[in-house]
Amino acid sequence: MPDQNLTGTRSTAPVAEVAQAEAGPPPGKPRSLWSDAWSDLRRKPSFLIAGAMILVLIIIAAFPSLFTSASPREADLQGAFLRSPELTKFFSPEWFGYDSQGRSVYARVIYGTRASIVIGVSVTVIVLFLGSLVGMIAGYFGGWVDAVVSRIVDTFMGIPFLLGAMVILVSFDVRGKLVITLALAVLGWTTIARVMRGSVISVKQADYVQAARSLGAGTWRILLRHVLPNAMAPVIVVAMVALGGYISAEATLSYLGIGLADPAMSWGSDINTGKDQIRVALHVLIFPSIMLSGTILAFLMMGDAVRDALDPKLR
Amino acid sequence: MADTTREPILEVRNLVKHFPLTQGIVFRRQVGAVRAVDDISFTLYPGETLGIVGESGCGKSTVAKLLMNLERATAGEIFYKGDDISKLSGRALKAVRRNIQMVFQDPYTSLNPRMTVGDIIGEPFDIHPEAAPKGDKQARVRELLDVVGLNPEYINRYPHQFSGGQRQRIGIARGLALNPEIIICDEPVSALDVSVQAQVINLMEKLQDEFGLSYLFIAHDLSIVRHISDRVGVMYLGKMVEIGSDTAIYDHPTHPYTQALLSAVPLPDPDAREGRERIILTGDVPSPANPPSGCRFRTRCWKAQDRCAEELPLLAVPQRYADADTAVAHDSACHFAEEKPQVTHA
Amino acid sequence: MTETGIDLVKDETPATPGTPLLEVRDLQVEFHTREGVAKAVNGVSYSVEAGETLAVLGESGSGKSVTAQAIMGILDMPPGRIAGGEILFQGQDLLAMTEAQRRKIRGNKIAMIFQDALSSLNPVLSVGYQLGEMFRVHKGASRKEAKARAVELMDRVRIPAAKDRVNDYPHQFSGGMRQRIMIAMALALEPDLIIADEPTTALDVTVQAQVMDLLAELQQEYRMGLILITHDLGVVADVADRIAVMYAGRIVERGDVREIYRTPAHPYTKGLLDSIPRLDQKGSDLYAIRGLPPTLTSLPAGCSFSPRCDRAREICVTERPLPVTVLDAEGAPVPGRSSACHFWKETLHG
Repeated sequence: MPDQNLTGTRSTAPVAEVAQAEAGPPPGKPRSLWSDAWSDLRRKPSFLIAGAMILVLIIIAAFPSLFTSASPREADLQGAFLRSPELTKFFSPEWFGYDSQGRSVYARVIYGTRASIVIGVSVTVIVLFLGSLVGMIAGYFGGWVDAVVSRIVDTFMGIPFLLGAMVILVSFDVRGKLVITLALAVLGWTTIARVMRGSVISVKQADYVQAARSLGAGTWRILLRHVLPNAMAPVIVVAMVALGGYISAEATLSYLGIGLADPAMSWGSDINTGKDQIRVALHVLIFPSIMLSGTILAFLMMGDAVRDALDPKLR
Repeated sequence: MADTTREPILEVRNLVKHFPLTQGIVFRRQVGAVRAVDDISFTLYPGETLGIVGESGCGKSTVAKLLMNLERATAGEIFYKGDDISKLSGRALKAVRRNIQMVFQDPYTSLNPRMTVGDIIGEPFDIHPEAAPKGDKQARVRELLDVVGLNPEYINRYPHQFSGGQRQRIGIARGLALNPEIIICDEPVSALDVSVQAQVINLMEKLQDEFGLSYLFIAHDLSIVRHISDRVGVMYLGKMVEIGSDTAIYDHPTHPYTQALLSAVPLPDPDAREGRERIILTGDVPSPANPPSGCRFRTRCWKAQDRCAEELPLLAVPQRYADADTAVAHDSACHFAEEKPQVTHA
Repeated sequence: MTETGIDLVKDETPATPGTPLLEVRDLQVEFHTREGVAKAVNGVSYSVEAGETLAVLGESGSGKSVTAQAIMGILDMPPGRIAGGEILFQGQDLLAMTEAQRRKIRGNKIAMIFQDALSSLNPVLSVGYQLGEMFRVHKGASRKEAKARAVELMDRVRIPAAKDRVNDYPHQFSGGMRQRIMIAMALALEPDLIIADEPTTALDVTVQAQVMDLLAELQQEYRMGLILITHDLGVVADVADRIAVMYAGRIVERGDVREIYRTPAHPYTKGLLDSIPRLDQKGSDLYAIRGLPPTLTSLPAGCSFSPRCDRAREICVTERPLPVTVLDAEGAPVPGRSSACHFWKETLHG
């Protein structure tokens, strides 16, 4: 049995601790849920690969001239008509071969990036803002506001996305990036609005929202400090996945000839021109297609990784 | 201890809350109502703890929401220091809210996960700038953390970094921030582990002594309610069936429902197993959307007679004990209210 | 590592002839988490006899439910992993069996009742169908036969008007009735052992009494072993024969329920019993165990309870106490009673 001398510091410690009854230190530093998610993401290969790809795409879109010395519009019909790619000449104009007008496919792929990225990102930003606002109002206020807004959303949802975009676009003579962006945004915001509405409805019943109400907090304070930050996560995930969809929609429209057209450059319109020579010069079709799929894949992967990181069930 | 000779700090008169049952989305029509709270009256005196017990669906949490003005009462009045607050709105309501605060049941959902502990406890000051401390708000938040037994260093941590008991302390600190007089506690410890419950209960008692708080303590755990309460009210299907001092309710219950409830609580004492007579009620609580006529407990009551279906028993001191000068003379809403001595625990 | 050896030699009572119905030996379960390996169950041993009720008492994170899941073979793996030990059911090691063999035992010989009856029942199938399924799958009964057995079972657990309600869906029943259906389901194939994980926690007091009574009665009738997993000291006192108190993945004390409640031999048990308010008396200040349960990823080197213990001395911090047989006042060993505390004597007598 223990010697009383053994008691030492151990036996006196509890008395002092009684006041700080439960002050056992939570481990580590202050960590918000976002920073938790970030530290999760940093260790995820799929996120790192997708992130690197997206970063490169953004740099290409911003500074295409850094990646190629050739001009995408310079045509050399005599010397370069449908010349085959020289796959060992990295980053040179002849890397991906030439198209039927003697233009460097590599240069066109590089310069076409901007259209996809700009349209994809701007549609997402508009849709995120508009959809979140509408969804938040419908979800938080409920009642007849929700009933009216939800019916409007349903109406828009009933329009097939691509068909609707085509109908809108054919009514314009000049179809630039802005017009395409707006057309896609007008049809796309409903998805975000729906997700946001559902998310807000579940968050507004949370006890911390009740707690804020019982403190006397005003509507805007509750919406911006309590509801929105907690309802955001699923919306961000959906938006990231949708971004890939918008890029693909732009390419589809351009391929069909009602999106961007010469002289504007887009992977979709290049795929369109490439399809005519599919038997003799597959490379004109294949390289813009690879870029397009790769870009969409990168955004989908990113959305997936973020979804996992934000999933509260894994916390 | 409560001083019942003084003016009540909170008085509830004939409080009613019916939740309409509706059909249709745009054009709603009412098809019925859930009578969550149906004509309830009670008073809370300064410095006392009034316990409200009852099973799920009895309306006790709705009472808390009505008192906090999170729900609007269908009828009835709530007097705070003599003024009816049930119809207030806007600025006047906000001013009253400073004095009545709430501690929520679930410490895992009652704190905003995206805010730091400092922001959570400091939020009352942002909402009520007139009540905010002059000068350093941070210092006051640290002080509050210290008061509830948490390390003030944790001011920048997030809720998910704390355990359940610690989070409930954070919730209590938020409730204390505006120096309220009344704290409404809706099942404040039922989500906590047994060994942590005692810590939080002790903290709440300490704070009551220190700041002269009045508690309305809503819980389903009868043992905890007895421990902390000066007076206790028992609710069943939206009605208050019995109310009195803790001795009156626990040692001299006269309402059959209270008697059954008390006898059903398992005692942490294996030796009491055989000695106790237990009233095992049959059936379930009826739906509050369609409560029985007359006395609401009659469908499960062993004393029920025709009169119980026809006549609603009033909450008053039973006739037979009208002249008694002991704890048995307390309000009980039963036509056949009578003490059942063998029921109260050995 | 030698812990089990010592534990079994010192602790297992020779009073039981033959093999117990279920015996868990030195079970270890780990979970791989972001913070590292959490030792949820860390060398747990207990046994149940036919017709006996063993209560496993513990707070959240004590490993009581994980042990049950390991016995049932319903542990999520990964992140869970059984790192060692044996689970002997009627003498056979469940952990050494193939999944097909275990499936035959699950439901048939060992059944489980969960806390949340609503989420344990399939909402799109009628109650009668779900009850009958047991007979169709395990006994090859016909549809009609299965439905008849379902009605019989519902009568057995005293669901009023069973015949009319057999085609109802789970949400049409109240919480207490749903828990009865869960019990009926567990009883369907007349298992030898029932594991009830917090069976009444979600229920109201008056309904809880009904359900607990029913369970105890049926257990006696069928002479089943019952493992009751709970945190409720009141429920344990009401129905258990023996208890095992768990803390941070280990059993800290075990023995006869009356003895433990009367004279706990582990400071944690004593603290728990002191910290609950009593219905039948109004105390002043509650005794509160200070601090928090340890994080399972970084357990203290010595006794897991030492940081919260009033009796803790230096030896408690450095040396993990092994379960030892508790001796009574005359110095005779109390059968089946053990405590994992260096100072069990002091706790017991003072």
